[in-house]
Amino acid sequence: MSASSSSGDGLSRQRRRQWFEHEIERLMDRLYGTALRLTRHPDDAEDIVAESIGKAWTKLDELRDPERFEGWLFHILNNTFINEWRRRQCRPKLADDPDNCEPDDLDATHFSLFQQLHQPFLLWWGSTEDRFLNELLQDDLQQALDALPDPYRVIVVFVEVQGCTYGEVAELLGIPLGTVRSRLSRGRAMLQKVLWKQAREAGFTVDCRGTEGKPS
Amino acid sequence: MTRRELTCEEVIEQLFDYLDREVSSQHRADIERHLERCRDCFSRAEFEKRLRAKVEKSVSVQAPQRLRRRVKDLLDRFDTDETNSTN
Repeated sequence: MSASSSSGDGLSRQRRRQWFEHEIERLMDRLYGTALRLTRHPDDAEDIVAESIGKAWTKLDELRDPERFEGWLFHILNNTFINEWRRRQCRPKLADDPDNCEPDDLDATHFSLFQQLHQPFLLWWGSTEDRFLNELLQDDLQQALDALPDPYRVIVVFVEVQGCTYGEVAELLGIPLGTVRSRLSRGRAMLQKVLWKQAREAGFTVDCRGTEGKPS
Repeated sequence: MTRRELTCEEVIEQLFDYLDREVSSQHRADIERHLERCRDCFSRAEFEKRLRAKVEKSVSVQAPQRLRRRVKDLLDRFDTDETNSTN
């Protein structure tokens, strides 16, 4: 179907609404989940999602290819989030050096989970990395993402969750490509350090084969 | 002329650019050739891929019913406004 001209192809307003609602329902959990990771607050996430869907509905005629609805809608979501973020005067965090808002215990420029877990010899019971990943829970990841300072978390979500290119992120946030790269690299290292800390606190060890340790 | 083989350090340094599809197709092929031959770099790449997949999946959260109702009310309101403006 074409989303661009409901009257042109004889599509009734009702069918257009049905199609839109069907697509929204299909994407709703991911929209909300993404907004929740970006904002960290359920109420803010709901506001961002509702506003984005409202914008998408009113601008539906601008969507030339319905097959691209998902990417288009997430683009609207990202922009809505960024506008709101700036409106709340968080913009300086984006434009300025974000080092100021990085907690000391997250200083992890070169941290690698793999290097902590990897054993240079083969273990007959399987690798420590496998055990770690198998025991890693969704809650652990959500908490770890939420622990990242905004300028890092947002870029990690845009790239790792939404699959944005570095160029797209630079454009969305209005920052240089090099800044996207450095914050992404640091954000990933911080995320891995938080996951490692959570795992260690839960008793996860690399030098035994038992399952007494869980990431969380 | 054959291309120089990448070292492990070079591959690890560029691993995330590779996973993010930010490298050229030629460079991608060079990295993949290295990964086919180097167990340690392959293990590292697989680990980062699997972790990334888990991060991606972590955003799948059930949206609250009240948000669904809110969206429906919003669309109803737009419909009503549109109907009123065309009459």
